Amino acid sequence: MSVFFEERKLVFPGELLAEGDFSVGANVFREGGRVYAGRIGLAVQEDHMVSVIALRGVYEPKVGDVVLGKVIDLGGSSWFVDIGCPYTGVLNASDVYGRGFSPQTDDLSNALAIGDMVIAEVLQFDRTRGPFLTTRGPGLGKITRGRIEKVTPAKIPRLIGKKGSMISLLRGETGCDLTVGKNGWVLVAGKSAEDEELVGMAIRKIEREAHVPGLTDRMAEFLKSRGKRGG
Amino acid sequence: MVRTVKEFTRHDGRALDELRPIKMQVGLLDKADGSAYIEHGRTKVLVAVYGPRDVHPRHLASPEGAILRCRYHMAPFSTEERKNPAPSRREIELSKVIREALAPAAFLDSFPRTAIDIFAEVLQADGGTRCASITACSLALADAGIPLRDLVASCAAGKYGGRILLDLDNVEDQEGEADLPVALLPAFDEVSLLQMNGLLTEEEFNEAFNLALKGCKRVYELQREALKEHYVAATSVVEEET
Amino acid sequence: MSLKIVPDITRARIWDLASKGKRVDGRELLEYRPIRVETGVVEKAEGSAQVSIGSTKVLVGVKVETGEPFPDTPDEGVLTVNAELVPLASPTFEPGPPNEDSIELARTVDRGLREGKALDLKKLVIAPGKKVFVVFVDVYALDYDGNLVDASALASMAALTQGKMRGYKVVDREVVWQDEKVPLPLLHSPVAVSIGKVGGSLLVDPSLEEEQTLEARVTVSVDEAGRVCSVQKGPGCLSPNQVLEAIGIAKSSSQRLLQELKEAVPVA
Repeated sequence: MSVFFEERKLVFPGELLAEGDFSVGANVFREGGRVYAGRIGLAVQEDHMVSVIALRGVYEPKVGDVVLGKVIDLGGSSWFVDIGCPYTGVLNASDVYGRGFSPQTDDLSNALAIGDMVIAEVLQFDRTRGPFLTTRGPGLGKITRGRIEKVTPAKIPRLIGKKGSMISLLRGETGCDLTVGKNGWVLVAGKSAEDEELVGMAIRKIEREAHVPGLTDRMAEFLKSRGKRGG
Repeated sequence: MVRTVKEFTRHDGRALDELRPIKMQVGLLDKADGSAYIEHGRTKVLVAVYGPRDVHPRHLASPEGAILRCRYHMAPFSTEERKNPAPSRREIELSKVIREALAPAAFLDSFPRTAIDIFAEVLQADGGTRCASITACSLALADAGIPLRDLVASCAAGKYGGRILLDLDNVEDQEGEADLPVALLPAFDEVSLLQMNGLLTEEEFNEAFNLALKGCKRVYELQREALKEHYVAATSVVEEET
Repeated sequence: MSLKIVPDITRARIWDLASKGKRVDGRELLEYRPIRVETGVVEKAEGSAQVSIGSTKVLVGVKVETGEPFPDTPDEGVLTVNAELVPLASPTFEPGPPNEDSIELARTVDRGLREGKALDLKKLVIAPGKKVFVVFVDVYALDYDGNLVDASALASMAALTQGKMRGYKVVDREVVWQDEKVPLPLLHSPVAVSIGKVGGSLLVDPSLEEEQTLEARVTVSVDEAGRVCSVQKGPGCLSPNQVLEAIGIAKSSSQRLLQELKEAVPVA
C-alpha cells in the first residue's frame, strides 16, 4: 500500500494518488488496483480512505440538504424549481399545502408563482428521478424579501468561516440575516437595500479573494469602512 | 531535442521533433461552467463547457449517463480566405471525432439525464486545429468540474519533404506528404484520436505515430502546468476551512 | 430505439468468443464475411458497382461532369464523394440531410481514394484553371449489417475501375466529344479495412452486432503496394500497440479485398 502525495496536494484528473487496498472517497476513482484523482482539488487521506476536496464542481443534491430555489414552471400538481444543479427540482403541491391538492379549490399559482424564490429541503433524489423538494419545515417556505447571491458550492466553507466566524462578521457588521443554501445560493435579508448590497459586495469579494490569506481581517476592514460611509 | 542534420531546416527554424510554442489558459470565461484558451503556434482556439445541464429536446436524454455534445466551429475570420460561417462537412466530422476523443475520459454515468456541451471555436487556424481543440476542451472539462479519468492531450506528426516531423504547421500540412493527428490519455496509455491522411509505409507510420505520442506527452505536461498556474492560488481557501 | 440496444448476454458471448479467437458467426478473427462485387449495375452512370460483404450491401454510382477546378489546384480534375444512409437500408436510418455518420463515411472513403491516388486527377483537365472533369462518387447504403466503410470503399474503387467516360479531344481548350468510351485515368487501388477491438482482441469486418458492442473501431486504407493512405479511428480507445497491430492487419487483409477487385473488374 503506498500513497503518492503529501496531504492537501493540488491534484488533477488522472493523477496517481495511491496504490493498494484503499477505500475510495469523494472525487477519486479506482482503476487496476490504483486510485486516481477524478477532479481538480486537494488530495487528502484519512485512515484507509483517499479522497479529493474538489475545487470545481456542480452542486450534487443530497437528501436532507437545505437549498434555495427559483420556481420556473408549473405542472399539473407540482412546481418545477431551479436549484442551480443539472436536475430541475420538483415541489409537489402536497408538500406546500400540507394535504392533497384539490384542483377545484386550489390554484397552484396562488401559493407559488413562476419567479418566486423558496427555501426548500431535498426529500428524495436518485439516478432516475428528482430531486423532490419540500417547503414544509422550520425555516422553509417562500422567500418574501431580500436578495440572492451565489457562490461556488466549494467556497461555502469560506463564507461560513471557522466556527462561523465569517458569517457572524457579515451579520454583525450589517444587521442582515444570511441563509446559505447547500447549493451555494445565499439569501441576504436586511433592514435596507443598502445593507443588503453591502453584504452582496462582501460575498462577491469573498468569492474572488477566498484564496488569499488573512481574508477575515480584510473583510472586517472592508465592512467597517463601507458601513461608516454608506450606512 | 534533436537538432536538424546538415542542410534541412524547417521553415520556422524548428527541430524535427520540436513543438511550436504553446500557451494555455484556464477559466477565462465568466458565464461558462468551464473554459480554456490555447495558442498552439499561430493556431488559436477558445473552448467553453456548459454542463452537466438539462437536455433539450428531452428525448435525447439518457438514463445511463450524460450525453456529450461537441461543436467544433471555425470563425469566418480564422482562415486566409473568409470561411462561410455555416457548419461545413469537415466541421461536422471534426465535431464527431473530437467528441469521441474526449468521451473515454469523462465519467458520463455520474450525471444521468443531462448533457455536457462543449463548444470549440477556432479563432485562428494555422494547422493542428483539431489537436489544439482537444487539448483545450480537456482543460475546459476539468475546469467545469466534470469528473474525468484523465486529461486528454493531443498532437500531430507527419511527413514533409520526405522527413517525419512533429507538429506540422499549416504550410507543412498543405504541402506535406502525410498528417497524423493523435490524442492520448497518458495515465492509461489510451489512444482516443487517430487519423491519418497522406501516404506512409508501415515503417513510416510507426515512426510518425510514436513521435506524435511523444508530442502528446509533452502537451500533457503543459496542460498540468496551466492548471497549476490557475488553481494553486485557490487552494488556501479550502485549506483553512475544512 | 430497441434495435440499438444489445442484450448483455449477447455482448458477453461476443467478448468471450473473441478471447478464444472466434466469433458468433463462426468466423476467425481476421476473416471477412463472403464478399461479392458486381459492376456495371447502373448503365446510365459512367461507372457503378454493388458490393456485398455478408448481408451488408452498398451501391456506388460514378458520374463524370465538367466543372471548375479548385482554385489551389488549377491543373487537377475534381473528385467528390458523397454518402447517403438512406432509410431503406436500416430501421435505424432516418430521412433527412446528411448526419455526422454519413458525412464521416463519405469523408473516410474520400480520403482513401484521394490520398491513395485512385484517380490520376492531372489527366482530367480540359483547360487548366478554367475547365476540368468532376468525378462524382455517390455511395448508397442499401442494407446495413455492419461495416459500411469497407463495402463503400471497395464499391467505389470497383466503380471507378469499371467506369467509362465518353472519349474526348481538347481542341482550343474546349471539349470535343468522341464516339468511343474510354476508361477513367486510374493510378492506384486503395481499399479500406475496418478493424474492431473487443477486449484485447482485434477483429476484421465487424458485423452489425459486433459493431454495437465493440470497444473501438479503426479503418485503415492501404493501396496495392501496402502503403497506408488513410486512417480513421471511430469511438473508443486503442493502446499504442494495438494501433500498430491494426496497421499490420490492414496490410495483410487488404490482399483479400484487392483479389475481389481484380476478379470483378479485369483491368482493360
